[in-house]
Formats: sequence, structure tokens, C-alpha cells
Amino acid sequence: MSMRTPLSRVRGLGSAKKGTEHFWLQRVTAIANIPLTVFLIATLVVHAGSDYVTMRAFLAQPIVSIVFLLLIASAVWHMRLGLQVVIEDYVSSEGRKLVAIMANNFASIVVAVTCSLAVLKIALN
Amino acid sequence: MAQQENASRPLSPHIQIYRWTLTMILSILHRATGVALYAGTGLLAWWLLAIATGPEAYEQVRLVSSHWLGRLVLFGYSWALFHHMFGGIRHFIWDTGRGFELKTVEILARITSIVPLLLTVLAWALAYFYLGAF
Repeated sequence: MSMRTPLSRVRGLGSAKKGTEHFWLQRVTAIANIPLTVFLIATLVVHAGSDYVTMRAFLAQPIVSIVFLLLIASAVWHMRLGLQVVIEDYVSSEGRKLVAIMANNFASIVVAVTCSLAVLKIALN
Repeated sequence: MAQQENASRPLSPHIQIYRWTLTMILSILHRATGVALYAGTGLLAWWLLAIATGPEAYEQVRLVSSHWLGRLVLFGYSWALFHHMFGGIRHFIWDTGRGFELKTVEILARITSIVPLLLTVLAWALAYFYLGAF
């Protein structure tokens, strides 16, 4: 007995979409996030008592700026993929799912652009 | 017709029917911390933007982050980071096909719930040290 619904049989798509790429990129960004997040936490801990000038000067160092840009790219990518899975799990209506995934993409891009611009402004000033 | 089809498909009972286990709680927490961290990137954006903008904007961040409520949110944020990180490492172990024995699963669950808490407390102790608290 086939466990597939009639609709699924008619569509005939199965799972041959972007599942593997999604799964793989979630893992790749997760690996990158480990050292990058440790660096972020270490920065926040060490500079807990720093004033504005010290904090800015630290972030303005090329090595630090580079790590922060990489962190933004990897973390935002990871969170975008992650929330997409959450949306796909809980939003069953196709229309609302589409809107939610689109909103997820927009929000992720806004965060990525905002953070990157801030880091670039600090680094290049 | 379609309804009949749906009813005859095997259905699994929902979560309230099961006894709560640590692995269940961790599974839910992994997703919950992930969603919370998504929101947390807004704070990261605010912090970076404030530094890029100037001393006045940065002072606002410091005002909020030194309030007890702000501290509480940041404490939760840092715990969510550690917790999600260790939950992710646990998933990496499972991705290799290892660690599915019940005993191993239970040990991993305990490690991934306790170690992030300890690291969070350690990070905050160090942060207070750098703040000059002691």
C-alpha cells in the first residue's frame, strides 16, 4: 500500500527539490559559526567595561572586521535556513508559507546588510 | 472522499500523550533557542550600528545593557548561543551515524544541558571581571 496522498502522486515531485543543498549549507554554516561565535562572545566579554573609543578601535582592526563580516554572513545564512525549516514545519497553508518564507528572506537580508554596513563604516573610517 | 482518505492514514499521537524526557526538552529548546537567536541578531545589528554612528548612540546601548532587565536579556542571549552551539555539535555527532545508543543519547543530553549553563556563568564571571567588579 502506498503511503503517498493522491495530491502528492499527481504532483509527482517527491522530495527532489532543494532539500540536500539546504541540509548541507545548514551544516557548513553551523561549523563556521562555532569559531566565529566564540570570537564574538570573547569580544563582548573582554570589552564589557570598554569605553566607546576602545571598543571602536578594536573593531576597526582589519582582522577583527574581517571576522565580524564572516560571522554576519555565516550566522545570517544559518538563521535564514533554520527559520525556513520552522516555517515549513508549522505553516501548512501554501499562501501563508510563501509570505512567511519571503518575510524571513527579507528580514535576513536587512540584518546582514545593516550589520555589514556598520562594520565596514567602522573599519574604513 | 478526500476526508475518508485522510482518516484512514496512520496518525501519530501529539506530544501531550508522552512522558517528558530530557531529550524531548532539548529538542524543543534547540529550536526555541534558534528562533530566539534569530531575534537576537537585531541586538547585534543595534550594537554595531551604534558603534558606527557615534558615542551618543553607543551610550544608549550601554544604558540599556547595564540595566538589570537588559542584563537579563543578554544573559539569556549568551545562554541561547552556547546552548544552540552544543545542541548543534550533538547533531554533528548524530550526522556521522554515531551516538544513537540510548545510553549515549542520555549522556549527550546531560552534557549538552549542563555544559552551556556552566560556560554562560563562566563568560559572565569573566565579563564582570573585565567590568572591574572584582
